[in-house]
Amino acid sequence: MTTKKFMMVNRKAPYGTIYAWEALEVVLIAAAFEQDVSLAFLDDGVYQLKKGQQTKGIEIKGFEKTWGALEDYDVTQLYVARESLEERGLSAEDLTVPVEVLSRADIGKLMEEQDVLLSF
Amino acid sequence: MKFSILVNEGPYTHQASDTAYQFAKAVLAKGHEIFRIFYYHDGVNNATRLTTPPQDDRNIVARWSKLAEEHKLDMVVCVAAAQRRGIVDEGEMKRNGKDATNLAPGFRISGLGQLIEAGIQSDRLVVFGD
Repeated sequence: MTTKKFMMVNRKAPYGTIYAWEALEVVLIAAAFEQDVSLAFLDDGVYQLKKGQQTKGIEIKGFEKTWGALEDYDVTQLYVARESLEERGLSAEDLTVPVEVLSRADIGKLMEEQDVLLSF
Repeated sequence: MKFSILVNEGPYTHQASDTAYQFAKAVLAKGHEIFRIFYYHDGVNNATRLTTPPQDDRNIVARWSKLAEEHKLDMVVCVAAAQRRGIVDEGEMKRNGKDATNLAPGFRISGLGQLIEAGIQSDRLVVFGD
């Protein structure tokens, strides 16, 4: 099968809308199709990776643990926008998995290299 | 050029579905090919034949069905997203013990793999969302 470079762009907070969760389902399927999958986290999307998510009170299934499982699917390219973290008072230490923190401009360059960009 | 289209929003609330439709028509008018149109998130609500907009408004669902018929388009609704939102065909009705179906003509329900395949097979996958 042809392998293409897929980048999933996550821009929204994890539980206010379903985009983050359903985007994660796309990531897992793309990995199952053995595509070259990377993820970019921009704007409120950086909150998806925040450590210590507790969703019991809102009765929505939490998915923080799924990020740690991505490695088993060979999904290891996680890029987080530095400016988005800083604007929200966050740093890489606040995130649940190791990521590469890049400037928005550098993430833009990575986007140019992709075959398929899916924005959620 | 070979295009695929991803529709991530439902009809009427967001313009995304209208824009996707206009884009699809423009692509075909220019003589390009549409490999697949995939409906995800609330986009699956574009596929319910039970929608009844006011007579003086556009019928978004019927419009998609007509386009599919005219151009033999492959319009695929994500099964997991459809199950969450109550979009049901004959197979899903039986599988999940439901008492009705509502999938509009021209649509079919299948898995997310169809979206990834569309990305692989097409020159461009264009996303319409919020």
